[in-house]
Amino acid sequence: MTTALFAQYLFAGITYGILYAIVAIGFNIIYNTTGIINFAQGEFVMLGGMIAITFNALFPLPVAIILAVMTTMLIGAAIEMIFIRWLDSPSVLRMIIITIGISILIRELALHIWGESVRALPYFQGNEISSVRILGTNISPQVLWVIGTCSVIVVCLSIFFKFTSLGREMRACSANRVAATLCGIDTKNMITFSFMLSAGIGALAGCVMSPITYTQYDGGTGMAIKGFTVAILGGLGNSMAAVAAGLLLGIIEAFSISVVPLAFQDAISISILLIILFIRPHGIFGRSDIARLKEF
Amino acid sequence: MSTKNIFHLAALAALVILVQMGTAWTETGYYLTQLTMIAYYSLLIIGLCMLMGYAGQISLGHAGFFGIGGYISAALTSHNFAPYQSNPFVNFLISNGLLVGRTDLYGETLLSFHPWPACIIAISFTFITAFIIGIPVLKLKGHYLAMATLGFGIIIYRVVLATEAFGEADGLSEVPGFELLPGLVVSGDFDARIENYYIAWGFVLLGIVLLLNLTNSRVGRALRAIHGSEEAAQAMGVNTARYKLYIFVLSAVFAALAGVFLTHYNGGVGPSETGIMKSVRYVAIVSIGGMANIWGPLIMGVILNFMSLRGLLGSYDDVVFGVILILVMLFAPHGILRLNVWSRLRLFFFPTPAKSSPLKENQ
Amino acid sequence: MKKMLRSVFWNIVALSTLTVMALFPFGAQAETIKIGAILAVTGPASFLGGPESRTLQMLVEEYNAAGGINGNKIELIIKDSGANPAKAISFAKQLIEEEKVFAILGPSTSGETMKIKKIMEQGKTILLSCAAAEVIVNPVAKYVFKTPQKDSHAVQKIYTTMNDLGIKKIAVLVGNTGFGKAGKGQLLKAAPEYGIDVVISEVYDKKSTDLSAVVAKLMAKKGIQAVVNWSIVPAQGILAKNMRQAGWDVPLFQSHGFGNIKYVQAGGAAAEGIIFPAGRLLVSDVLPDSNPQKSLLMKYKQDYENKFNEPASTFGGHAYDAFMILARAIEKAGTDREAVRDAIENMNGMVGTGGIFNFSPTDHNGLDIDAFAMLTVKDGKFVLYNK
Repeated sequence: MTTALFAQYLFAGITYGILYAIVAIGFNIIYNTTGIINFAQGEFVMLGGMIAITFNALFPLPVAIILAVMTTMLIGAAIEMIFIRWLDSPSVLRMIIITIGISILIRELALHIWGESVRALPYFQGNEISSVRILGTNISPQVLWVIGTCSVIVVCLSIFFKFTSLGREMRACSANRVAATLCGIDTKNMITFSFMLSAGIGALAGCVMSPITYTQYDGGTGMAIKGFTVAILGGLGNSMAAVAAGLLLGIIEAFSISVVPLAFQDAISISILLIILFIRPHGIFGRSDIARLKEF
Repeated sequence: MSTKNIFHLAALAALVILVQMGTAWTETGYYLTQLTMIAYYSLLIIGLCMLMGYAGQISLGHAGFFGIGGYISAALTSHNFAPYQSNPFVNFLISNGLLVGRTDLYGETLLSFHPWPACIIAISFTFITAFIIGIPVLKLKGHYLAMATLGFGIIIYRVVLATEAFGEADGLSEVPGFELLPGLVVSGDFDARIENYYIAWGFVLLGIVLLLNLTNSRVGRALRAIHGSEEAAQAMGVNTARYKLYIFVLSAVFAALAGVFLTHYNGGVGPSETGIMKSVRYVAIVSIGGMANIWGPLIMGVILNFMSLRGLLGSYDDVVFGVILILVMLFAPHGILRLNVWSRLRLFFFPTPAKSSPLKENQ
Repeated sequence: MKKMLRSVFWNIVALSTLTVMALFPFGAQAETIKIGAILAVTGPASFLGGPESRTLQMLVEEYNAAGGINGNKIELIIKDSGANPAKAISFAKQLIEEEKVFAILGPSTSGETMKIKKIMEQGKTILLSCAAAEVIVNPVAKYVFKTPQKDSHAVQKIYTTMNDLGIKKIAVLVGNTGFGKAGKGQLLKAAPEYGIDVVISEVYDKKSTDLSAVVAKLMAKKGIQAVVNWSIVPAQGILAKNMRQAGWDVPLFQSHGFGNIKYVQAGGAAAEGIIFPAGRLLVSDVLPDSNPQKSLLMKYKQDYENKFNEPASTFGGHAYDAFMILARAIEKAGTDREAVRDAIENMNGMVGTGGIFNFSPTDHNGLDIDAFAMLTVKDGKFVLYNK
């Protein structure tokens, strides 16, 4: 394999992987504060793209994206307040079903609002055929935008959780909700905030990826499954591990194409995931004692 | 089996007969088509209900087992093996009556498996797969278990979609009927509708009897102990892993049987039958029906599948499904049959305090 | 005398008929014709079912406003299958037995059509499928017809163009839909006849969002002179982008599944220069006035675009043809189903959006290779391809 070819597979893998990672981080943020896996996470990605495309008809691109992210955050908060806030320590299965229901609902509403046709935001720089040359291979500048934006999201999140009081309060919630309440942290608001945060991240990812992947009303489900896979692979709740797992999965997918038919790509990557799960039942980077704390 | 269960079973059997007679009387026999399809889906649902309600394990991959059953049976009975007649193995199959000749829609003669051996191969394959998959998968817990079963479903879906012998995106069609006994054929022919309706619901009744017997046996008690507290059950000497595996394999076989029969009834199977959304749908039906007994999921399955298969809601089918999921889970987390409205109504009409529900919210 | 008696007799017949018609305005003369449609309005094939169902609704409204077919009002029952074969089977039986429909239009996908083919034969009900695969009409089933053009003709068109351009070694990419599967079969089968070597063929997921890795794989194979992509999903535009971004500028051929201007818009600059065979709907405005299809194509396009405020696609055109063929046959043969079936089978010179249909007992598609024109994309628009 030549360097150029290797680089091309690598960049394709990183692009997939980092997007999976962003969705997985969205899963983790909500999981950490609530113990819930929000299966509507993929729909936030789709909504971000769709709303930005709609706003882009009226406003310049950056404004449209900011508005879309804010709108999606509001939708995230609304979902939490309407469906989740008032439930008294719901069981995990119940939450899985409710969030799956929400995801079906958002998807179908999107179909009836935006129709079935594909849409896309314009490329942030250049157009569909412009490319930059790196390591002897050509890649679209949008790929760099995706990688850059997602890296910034990851860094900002780490800073937020480590160094701001709001972030610390959220981490306190995730460590022990009862203790956090006793310390005077309003856990209910923390949960609402975690939904807003993960909706916003998902929406931003949906905007930067839209020129590459297009946005269609049912694009969220696939992202959610991949994101869930990555979150599990890394070990639930660990966002840094999700980034590593996302990149790993993306790169495996990209390179698997070079040896097996493309049609079996998903079957291969999922098989690898299952094998890893069987060997390490709590994810590659997860710790078994932590995994035991949060279960059904 | 308790008298209550016998009563329920008798009521179901009576209802099945009444519905058929009702449709015959009102000349609306066409309803039986959907009711037959629903019966096969119900077979899968009661099996999954056992797994979720009694063994406490979630499976987001049951459409995969349905697919294994349906696809293997369809592939063996619809592919033409005539070009391989010179192959000694094929010859061996022919001389044993496993391969039989038949004429298709266009008058051509095909040589393919008899449905019985095809069915047995399909079920055996499901049994082995579930067994092999089950051992490591059931060691997982919570979301990790959900992911592993989901992953299994995705693999089956992908394999089916990428394999030429399984018809890729088109799926398999022109699958012949399944002659269970001479004169008793599972097929979608218009004039075989009534007998097929009874065959299908007969299978469901048989399935329920089997499962109810199981829950009242030693296995059932062990399973309930596992659901209550796996650690406690283990401490009491129950081999939890073995019982969980046992029920996992059983529910997989139920799903595969549903797949085999529905495929022969429909005369074909498509990849969307093995898709993730199907698995999710089954789990959702079991949850909103209430996992604690098989009657709730059975009723919900019949209602929801009936609406969907008859296209009552048009393009709003999925929307309504989503809304029902959310509403039931918000207001009746233990299933529609345990909705508070019922107990309130009961209290209103019979002011003696009803027995409190054994299931509490802190599941 | 005899003559006079006869004329008196006819006068009485005519009078009494008129009286009966006046007394029973909705009597036997003006019955309602029920037509069923099974379309994937939602779900993974909604980009087919959506335009198809809108087209049918528009046509039925139009016909009913003009008094129906031969004075018979039309009742259209659209069932949304979501591209699920089990639902399609259930709906087909429901429409045949319960609604006793006159004919069924659709389904949108080949998988669903193949599942209900036998049911239509047993129920003796006409099916005009909007799905592309040739197995639908080969072998011929008595009651099953289809309106989209033949895959094999599209392949011949593409390969002929390749021969003109001197292209010998190609890569084949298809989406994992029924359409892609059928196309792959035809492409591989016909390649040797045209002296074309298919170096590699790959199948991608219909929901693919990025194909840069597979483009890398294709680029690594030396000597590929062109890529043929056969699918019907948005990934067609993604492939074009990924190829151009990777700096690979071999010609990209697409199938007639590319016949939707939205894919061009989504592909943007990368869609420029894509060559594909398609019906003439997409280039109706640049057709010469002498073309027999021109007026019909312009009308459909304008009607659809005015009504639904979105560009017309060839997919909606397939439903348009299905409905028009049925309507023409009913006009000719009345409301007897067998007679209408025969009328379709013997229909000749029927101008539709997909081409000119000439059905026969051995050809239930009725389109020949001239139904296709080679098109290309120039300045974001479809134009006729000239070498």
